[in-house]
Amino acid sequence: MEQQIVKVKNKKGVKVIPGFGLSLGVTLAMLGCLVLIPLASIFISAAQLSFGEFIETVTSRQVVSGYIVSFSCAFFAALINVVFGVILAWVLVRYEFPGKRLMDGLIELPFALPTAVAGISLTYLYSDQGWIGALFDKIGVKIAYTRIGITIAMVFVGIPFVVRAVQPILEKLDRQYEEAAAMLGAGKLYTFFRVILPELFPAMLAGFGLALARGIGEYGSVVFIAGNIPYKTQIAPLLIMTKLEQYKYADATAIALVLLVISFLLMLVINSVQIYMQRFSKA
Amino acid sequence: MEEKVIGETTMYVEMRHIMKTFDGFQASNDVSFGIERGCLAALLGPSGSGKTTILRMIAGLDKPDSGDILINEARVNDLPGSKRGIGFVFQNYALFRYMTVADNIAFGLEVQKKSKAEIKTRVEELLELISMQDLGKRYPHQLSGGQRQRVAFARALAPNPQLLLLDEPFAAIDAKVRRELRTWLREMIERVGVTSIFVTHDQEEAMEVADLVIVTNQGRVEQMGTPDDICMHPETEFVADFIDTARFEALRAVEGKKQ
Amino acid sequence: MSEKKKQRMYDQDVSGDGIHSIQKVIEPPKESSRPVIKYVLIGVSVLFLFVMLILPLIVVVVNALGDGWAAYQEAVLDEYTVKALMLTLLATVTAVAVNTIFGVFSAYLLSKFYFRGRQVLASLIDIPFSISPVIAGLVFILTFGNIGWMGDFLKAHDIKIVFAVPGVILATIFVTFPFVFRELFPVLNAQGKDEEEAAALMGAGGFTIFRRITFPHIKWALLYGVILCTARAMGEFGAVSVISGHLRGKTNTLPLHVEILYNEFNTTAAFAVSSILVLLAVLILIARNLVEWKKK
Repeated sequence: MEQQIVKVKNKKGVKVIPGFGLSLGVTLAMLGCLVLIPLASIFISAAQLSFGEFIETVTSRQVVSGYIVSFSCAFFAALINVVFGVILAWVLVRYEFPGKRLMDGLIELPFALPTAVAGISLTYLYSDQGWIGALFDKIGVKIAYTRIGITIAMVFVGIPFVVRAVQPILEKLDRQYEEAAAMLGAGKLYTFFRVILPELFPAMLAGFGLALARGIGEYGSVVFIAGNIPYKTQIAPLLIMTKLEQYKYADATAIALVLLVISFLLMLVINSVQIYMQRFSKA
Repeated sequence: MEEKVIGETTMYVEMRHIMKTFDGFQASNDVSFGIERGCLAALLGPSGSGKTTILRMIAGLDKPDSGDILINEARVNDLPGSKRGIGFVFQNYALFRYMTVADNIAFGLEVQKKSKAEIKTRVEELLELISMQDLGKRYPHQLSGGQRQRVAFARALAPNPQLLLLDEPFAAIDAKVRRELRTWLREMIERVGVTSIFVTHDQEEAMEVADLVIVTNQGRVEQMGTPDDICMHPETEFVADFIDTARFEALRAVEGKKQ
Repeated sequence: MSEKKKQRMYDQDVSGDGIHSIQKVIEPPKESSRPVIKYVLIGVSVLFLFVMLILPLIVVVVNALGDGWAAYQEAVLDEYTVKALMLTLLATVTAVAVNTIFGVFSAYLLSKFYFRGRQVLASLIDIPFSISPVIAGLVFILTFGNIGWMGDFLKAHDIKIVFAVPGVILATIFVTFPFVFRELFPVLNAQGKDEEEAAALMGAGGFTIFRRITFPHIKWALLYGVILCTARAMGEFGAVSVISGHLRGKTNTLPLHVEILYNEFNTTAAFAVSSILVLLAVLILIARNLVEWKKK
């Protein structure tokens, strides 16, 4: 018995702390059954498609426009989130004012609020009879059932990711940095853009990536405000849903696979840039 | 407890031709030495010289690639650390943050399923030994660095180990109190009479506290002997360099005057 | 190095020589010297949060009560609403329980042991986080549905997963899978494994070590993770929507019920049911902030 415990070892040494076998077993079993095996099904199903069918499905006009809508709106939403996320994080870290704690607590609201509720509520707010939609309608701008509306919904779901990514870094940022810059005669704005922003960049990128991923995949809060007009405001997840409702499982699988691969590639790129930036800033 | 007697030895702890690599880094290269019962030994060397690895292997926290570790004449290579009869004081003490001082000290005894009364007496005894009778209910974060070290020491001693291992026991302590604690630790170990090995990179510390000094460098044992031996007769260039003999003599002179 | 520094600071604090207070005095004033920028930025933040986050909440409340209290009550106490609430609670509780067990074991595994493939395993656990909920639902249809590779087997044994309650629960577990792990892992990783090693050297068993040494470190993070997991599980829409089949009174969760009502142009009822979810969300937010505050 004791011999066995000692034998469970690797290069680094003996497993002194007990529980390795059990926790490895539980982790792998649960991860396998609940995530990896179901996920593998998508590849199994995709393998059954002929290459021609696959290409035909994912390059059809409707599908391509779905990808374009999803990615472009998610991209702009993530950009907007980076701008407002940094401002919010800055305000929350650097300033004292009444209601600050409440404001901080509110940031996670999009996370706690069910997406379907956010979806119908935003749709109402931004439709041409809604409180905000009516204002814009007067100057001839439609929000609900356009890509602007989709972007707004994606801003809603993505904002906590950027704030919560930037906030801790800003808290840790050494004030002496700014003081040193100020001593050298740098102005406030100059200091912000040349000293603080580069420090925040990896965190901003991480937040951007998370918000982007969330936006691309988002369904509940977007589907209502999108209006789902073919070639205009149909998002990719909705296309999967539509194909499923028509029992076109092969098409749904093909669309999903492309979406998965693109999302993974995006995350990979963002992760590598982030790692590179971190090395750079440590040097 | 499986024990196999290998050869005859008068040593309490013995390392025989220990080899150990970490991802291609040679941490121990044919390390052999012996420490007699009741001895207070120091493993002295610069950082990266392999001294902590040796200590961790004796404790069973790391396993040598080859060679034998003997404790009390038995080969313990395949024996888990908890069955080797050792007490270990970690560099940062590794006190259980969410337990009181008394609970920290009692833990080793509780695990051995000792009776409540027995645990209570032993904890009180140890609190007295480290002069912290009134602080048993405090938590580690309410203690000073020196107090923490004393608790770690008491916790390691609680189950009556035959061998006490200390990893850089003074590293986390303020320079001001370090000297005071050195004397204290030496006295305590003498009083308890437990065989002890401690790791340090500070030659002054090793010379002042230990009976036996083992100088390590690049995974090898450079020299071992009494502090006087090492200072007066360094056997290698490295030891001579590292020990800085002149400074030591000056120190001795000062201490001689005191006595 | 910083650990030493902290400890030194602490020692000084214990000895009470007041170093801390001096440092506080020396610290430069936190406020910007140009208050205009400050107020502009605070103004922008408040406006953004009001328009983006507060207004939608107000919309829900106003519309829910738009047709009066009686209509609100009728919508909330409707048979199908109550059934949907029950299913939502069932799915949430199951998902939280499963993911807590997983989170504790996996975080312990990845923070206390070094083994080959540790990094890969950590990335695999994060997968559900970066996958569209719709795809999360799809994978279960492709596994357990009629066309799935387990479909025939399930049919032969008369087990229904897709378009049934088990599917709803599985999809909910999937989308919230990494939540507890993500909260626990950083805490356990930062804590290191010295304490566990020390306890193991004294001969403590795995369960004792976890209960007496590891658990006290993670209890707040665990609670925090459970709260986040609850929030996400309760509100999950996309994944559940794909797999549930929208069977009213059977596989309808609250968020799906909102969708159905909305699509039937029953706006008041849709917002009334939404208000239940808003209430739950606000409660979760309050709980989250209490825990955050307690942690400090």
